[in-house]
Amino acid sequence: MSDTVLMPARRRLLRENPSVTWFLLALGVFTLVISVLSEGLGVGLVSTSMVKILGMTLCLCLIAVAMDVVWGYCGILSLGHFAFFGLGGYAIGMWLMYARTEIVISDSLARGTIPPTELELSEAVAAQIFGVVGTSELPLIWTFAGSLPFQLAMVVLVPGLLALVFGWLAFRSRVTGVYLSILTQAMTLALALYLFQNDTGLRGNNGLSGLQNIPGLLHVPQAVLSVWFLWASAFALGAGYLLFAWVVSGKFGSVIRAIRDNEARVRFLGYNVEGYKLFVFTLTAVVSGIAGALYYPQAGIINPAELAPIASIYLAVWVAIGGRGRLYGAVIGAAGVSLLSSWLTGGGAPNIDLGFYRILWTEWWQVLLGLGFVLVTLFAPKGIGGLFDYLVRKR
Amino acid sequence: MRMMFRAAYLAVLVALSTPLAAQTPLQDVLQAHQGAVANPSRGTVGQVLAALLAAEPPGTAEFLRLWQEREVVEEPGSGLFYYTRAEGRALVLIDIDTGAEGPEVTTRDVNQIRPNAGVRRDIGAALVRFGLTASDPARRLAALEAIGRSPDPEQIPLLAESIIDEPDARIRVRKERVLDLLNARFATDTATRVDAIEGLSGDISTEARRALNQILQTTPGVGETLPEGSNIARIRVPGTDMAVNSAYDELAGAGLAPVRPGRNAIRDALRGNVSDGAVGGVPLHRLSAPEARLEAYAGLQAAGLVTPLVTEAEIRATVDAHVFFDAYTEPDQAVTDAARAALDSTGTRIKAFQFLGITLDALSLASIFFLAAIGLAITFGVMRVINMAHGEFIMMGAYTGYVVQTFIPDYTASLIVALPLAFAVTFGAGVAMERLVIRHLYTRPLETLLATFGISIALQQLAKNIFGTQARPLTAPDWLAGAISINDIVSISTIRVAIFVLALMFLAMLLFILLRTRLGLEVRAVTQNPGMAASMGINPDKINMLTFGLGSGIAGVAGVAIGLYAQVTSEMGSAYIVQSFMTVVVGGVGNVWGTLAGAGLIGFLQKGIEWFNPSNTLAAQTYMVLFIILFIQFRPKGIIALKGRAAGD
Repeated sequence: MSDTVLMPARRRLLRENPSVTWFLLALGVFTLVISVLSEGLGVGLVSTSMVKILGMTLCLCLIAVAMDVVWGYCGILSLGHFAFFGLGGYAIGMWLMYARTEIVISDSLARGTIPPTELELSEAVAAQIFGVVGTSELPLIWTFAGSLPFQLAMVVLVPGLLALVFGWLAFRSRVTGVYLSILTQAMTLALALYLFQNDTGLRGNNGLSGLQNIPGLLHVPQAVLSVWFLWASAFALGAGYLLFAWVVSGKFGSVIRAIRDNEARVRFLGYNVEGYKLFVFTLTAVVSGIAGALYYPQAGIINPAELAPIASIYLAVWVAIGGRGRLYGAVIGAAGVSLLSSWLTGGGAPNIDLGFYRILWTEWWQVLLGLGFVLVTLFAPKGIGGLFDYLVRKR
Repeated sequence: MRMMFRAAYLAVLVALSTPLAAQTPLQDVLQAHQGAVANPSRGTVGQVLAALLAAEPPGTAEFLRLWQEREVVEEPGSGLFYYTRAEGRALVLIDIDTGAEGPEVTTRDVNQIRPNAGVRRDIGAALVRFGLTASDPARRLAALEAIGRSPDPEQIPLLAESIIDEPDARIRVRKERVLDLLNARFATDTATRVDAIEGLSGDISTEARRALNQILQTTPGVGETLPEGSNIARIRVPGTDMAVNSAYDELAGAGLAPVRPGRNAIRDALRGNVSDGAVGGVPLHRLSAPEARLEAYAGLQAAGLVTPLVTEAEIRATVDAHVFFDAYTEPDQAVTDAARAALDSTGTRIKAFQFLGITLDALSLASIFFLAAIGLAITFGVMRVINMAHGEFIMMGAYTGYVVQTFIPDYTASLIVALPLAFAVTFGAGVAMERLVIRHLYTRPLETLLATFGISIALQQLAKNIFGTQARPLTAPDWLAGAISINDIVSISTIRVAIFVLALMFLAMLLFILLRTRLGLEVRAVTQNPGMAASMGINPDKINMLTFGLGSGIAGVAGVAIGLYAQVTSEMGSAYIVQSFMTVVVGGVGNVWGTLAGAGLIGFLQKGIEWFNPSNTLAAQTYMVLFIILFIQFRPKGIIALKGRAAGD
């Protein structure tokens, strides 16, 4: 232990997490290859929609890594992190939708005989955005929607503050284990129900749409934009991976792993368990928000159904399949399961004809996923990542 | 097409009434007055109607209606009367007694009978009288219903007259009530109306309240002084009851003040007066500022091109010079006062009944939550295992009910078979799941959550593959179909009462099993301390298996009950799972009473919040979940918490 302390921080980080180097290398190569093969900037072997799917997958990997830290390292099975993801998406979506509508509306108003006043402009924008929910007034929370820095701050602040308040309440009253999971699930449900209402100012179940059009970059074709977003997602994933690798290494990492393994003992040793948990919970929530803010401009639309409790459970499923307690496991799980899922349900895989019965992947994929998940939980609690351990030990 | 239906309807009607008809057939009665029917006039129609009412031959009401609507024809040769049905260009004659179809004729072969407006009114009155004095009580009640639907001053004498000879006491009361309703609205002298209105006071039925509210309708008005002789409901004060600007706009609308050009009117006026890149001396590019627009408008106003602006002070002064009021459309103040008093006297009773209605709703919701959650509470309490597939067991029970119904067409019998079968099926599924999966995960409780979630999505998709995505009906037998209605305000569907009874039965059964049987004793022992229970010779493995089966079986029965009033889909389970968890957690784990308290709290809370904001059930659910999150902060172990060593995590 003593030589670890003497080592420079950077080398200690890499020694405790040998996967960091390999992961960053692989991510860089992957991004480079896809850029070269893309339609927008390269030879055109990979279609724009595929680039978008890959970029979105990188965002999902980022939130999966965050989930892995909060669950795999700190032992908090949060069923609410996808809600933070969605909130990040909503925060950026408000700016995207408002700013783009403003551009379109001011163009059309400028063609009139006299120039519009600011009031007229904002009224016309509000009528355009909120016509679907039967109102034409701009809700209070949209007051600063035209300001990119403000909404970017919201991407971090809204999930962060929600996690801080919720976590403070929950950890303070020592809600743990299954109870905490159900409580986080209740939070997600409350949020989804809230957003589903038409009069809460976020367009009810219509959600926010047209997010793929970036104001200020409207002249840039989607093929190019998709590659830029791929880069941004890859950068965010790399940075997030590095950040979390740093968080889970060193003394801090030891403490949160100890909390996972036996919370009472860590408390008896004098550590402020609630503080550690609250920090991890809030930090991962913020990263989830950032991942969401990068995901939804690529998806193009966000609605409250995305925040439903089931999405957060799927997140836990990815992490469990990939392997908890190892950051690369979360990436493998998220990328593997979500890509496989979109390949199989999108009609990419050939259906199997048994003569008497035709197996349609769209119908049977969920069944396989569910059963596969049971099997992984029963027989491979370490997930796919456990295989690597096995290989490393063999050598 | 319409005529065809009518012909079929007539045929049925006649077929039904012929065996009874020892009376004179309709055609014969009409032939006795052939001339008066074929060429009706106000002088002669009276005798025809009197004769029809006296003989009351079958089909009279239908004949009167069609006669009034000019759809009866006379065949000139024989002088007989027929109904007709269009068949292309030709007409098919229909016998008015038997409904039998006769030969096809052209419109020129028959005389259409065209009673004039006065005659038609007389026929209409006769129709009402005919209904009110019919010998069949059901027909008299139907006639009263018709009056209630389309009240008319002319019905008053007819109704009053029919009350005198009414033999049935129940119908007589009903007739007096309808007469009160008519008098309250249409009587000509104040005393009768006030009398009738007082008769309606304390009546909480919808029709009485509708009649009173109609009397109390108001229209807004404005003037320099209150108009003489009008019946003022209230005076609206600008600034407190209404905005000053909208008060001014009302004045302008009534032509009492010049129109105030608003923001949009100013913009349109500026648009219309652009010349040489400027308006009223202000260049166009500056017009994005509101002040510049006013300046330009002032320029136009000086040139006399637009309606003048009205200043704030002028608006204030004009508004102050006028009085705004709501006037009753009913001019008689005695009547409106009586109606107001009558309506106020019902107010408290209505509130009380509405409260009762909400309470019943909440009880019914609580019993549904209880049924859905109690199985979960047992497994969670005894084994500390979260079963995410619990919702799918509910679904499995509902689909079992559906399948049974496809084999047994009688709904009552199928329900009697379905309930135990659903229990058996889900009991089996629960035991299988416990043996195959959960048994291996007792040391890792968080992972049972994930494993059972895997089972849940697999089961959901399997149900989708087998039964399709569309909702399947689970039809309740007739004796469960209707609703029990106490009065116009409080009613509850029978199925919900049945679910409440079912929940009570399950509560009693569970309490019996847990407190009075050997199994219950062992279950409680394992709940409190599995290790100690095992050393006392109880096999915890067996108890766990049976408990899990029992919990799942109850979910199956709950599924049948829920399927009877909601639809059976593959996703119905996930709609209940989060609520069930919250019920269990709020109530406190491992205790039947706790679950009951949790279900009661959540049910009453949700309905209570809906009571304050009835239009928005989503908001009610949101606030309820928020309340639960806060509640758990203060009582993390639920309402009824286990004490002592059993409470250890």
